[in-house]
Amino acid sequence: MRTWLTAGRVIRLSSADTPTTESSEDVVEAVRDERREALAERLTTVLGDAVVETHIRPGDDLWVRVNREAWAEVAEASRNRLGLRFFDFLSAIDWLPSPFGRDMDAQEDLDAGASSSEPAPIVTGYAGGDTRFQLLARLFDIDEHIGVTFKADLPDEDLSAPTWTGTFLGAEWHERETWEMFGISFTGNRNLVHLYLPGAFEGNPLRKDFPLLARRVKPWPGIVDVEPMPGADEEADGDEAGAS
Amino acid sequence: MTVTDSQKMAYVAAQAADARVNLQFETEDGMTLNMGPQHPATHGTLRIVAQLDGEQVVRCEPIPGYMHRGYEKLCEVRTYPQVTTLINRIDWLGSFANEVPFILAAEKLMDVEAPPRAQVIRTILFELSRLGNISLFLGDLGIQLGGITIGFYAFRDREFVLNQIEAATGGRFHPNFDRIGGLKDDLPKGWIAETHLAMERMRRLCDEFEELVLGNEIFQARTRGIGVIPTDIATSYGMSGANLRATGVDWDLRRDACPPGLSYDLADWKVWTHPDGDSYARTWIRLQEVRESTHIVDQLLDSIPAGPIMAKVPRIIKVPEGEAWVATENPLGEMGYYVVSKGDLVPFRVKIRSASFNNISVVPWVTRGVFVPDVITILASLYFILGDIDR
Repeated sequence: MRTWLTAGRVIRLSSADTPTTESSEDVVEAVRDERREALAERLTTVLGDAVVETHIRPGDDLWVRVNREAWAEVAEASRNRLGLRFFDFLSAIDWLPSPFGRDMDAQEDLDAGASSSEPAPIVTGYAGGDTRFQLLARLFDIDEHIGVTFKADLPDEDLSAPTWTGTFLGAEWHERETWEMFGISFTGNRNLVHLYLPGAFEGNPLRKDFPLLARRVKPWPGIVDVEPMPGADEEADGDEAGAS
Repeated sequence: MTVTDSQKMAYVAAQAADARVNLQFETEDGMTLNMGPQHPATHGTLRIVAQLDGEQVVRCEPIPGYMHRGYEKLCEVRTYPQVTTLINRIDWLGSFANEVPFILAAEKLMDVEAPPRAQVIRTILFELSRLGNISLFLGDLGIQLGGITIGFYAFRDREFVLNQIEAATGGRFHPNFDRIGGLKDDLPKGWIAETHLAMERMRRLCDEFEELVLGNEIFQARTRGIGVIPTDIATSYGMSGANLRATGVDWDLRRDACPPGLSYDLADWKVWTHPDGDSYARTWIRLQEVRESTHIVDQLLDSIPAGPIMAKVPRIIKVPEGEAWVATENPLGEMGYYVVSKGDLVPFRVKIRSASFNNISVVPWVTRGVFVPDVITILASLYFILGDIDR
């Protein structure tokens, strides 16, 4: 993985007792990752049918897609039986390609990556997925220094999942944020009220079909410098200044 | 006498007005106390609503959102190099430390690595922003608890660190210096020697803080045993950084899970833990963190290798498809970015996991039953930056 030769004076005095897994993989140029494979196996045995798919990027991370119905049991089993006790975050992904493109209306930007007019299909990321919305959460094992990213599909007609607050107290705020930003409700979370947005706010801002109003009102200038430099020729920039 | 009569009437009227006001404040369970969004005891605009029973807090709820800027949404319409300008403003006291995990995530997806010189300088600047951040905490904690002096000391010595950041990056608060594949510029001449001197100043500040504040009887009385958080609660809320280490967990991302691209393995330092989990422990841990941080900087300054500071990256950066999670040990705790890329100029989704968000979500739990002045102590010792909660 390291592409640069070590240059200069290097004193290896790391405080860590054991060499990190990264360094051992450098030598072998490994495609396998025993620790994460073992953890994925343990997850599958403990959770059983709840695990839909796993994905490992060696030396980096482990993704596990689980059933939505077993979402709460996943947290409980991970914390109490697998040692993944540290709650990192809980959020969601909206896989719908943005209907507004990249909101970059400057000609230079549009040319750089031409976007087609017909809607692109939904393509989900690691560990797959069949639905537009996916829950995304991450737990960490403080003792073993290994983390897992959990995903769960949410069908469009019923955007809800069991709450994690029974296992991780900190999930409450994360679920409130996910609820107001994506419109995903969590059954069992009794305090599902607005966290960031004012109470009367309509819409779910982080959904891809929620327009970013600032960009709708005033197009992003992109790499074009719209403000003429002081002392620049007035006539050359006349129509641009008039437009803005 | 007419004078006493009119005085009597005025007194009755004032009493009636007071009663009306009290009626608005008082609920069945006692009194509701609003701190903020504009209040001297808050940082930024965090609003705290506390229900009181006499002097004791029955229920205390932080209400964030007065500074929510929607960075996760804004990141989706900015190219990768433009994103660093935004995320600089998350934790505005340690700005450079915000850029690093995002840049590392982009580097991971692009499979590029910064040259060793850039990695070491990046680590030094990362630690300098930690010093700039936590030294303010040391001063601010004194101010919150009524000791003004240490605040001035901290601001005085913090300048030396900020000057070094400014000399290297051109910006005191928002450097915007980290790039995919390296750094914007090399270090200026004479910077290394001056930074050694600044580290000396910081160590002296630590000694002063220890004598002035930690040894102070009043400070100990106000922090020892106040706001105790057990380990299980801390991990369950996802508290990280010094707050987690103060509960006895030996866990530092710099040592245990340092992402490639930062060269902490070149330095030797100690990760301090404290078994108590109270406000005093959190303060003590942060003081030691500053000390160790100065040692890291000193060691790294002496081991900067020669070479380029920028790897070869294309002019227009398109990040290949994939997902990456990179977390680093920021001044406030674990900060991570979950970046989803669709092979475009802009990220598809960026989930920002900021440390203060999780650290402050513990407040309703930890303030149950404490006295009103202790709420201030607990909030100050948990140490949050409002931009880090609201994003």
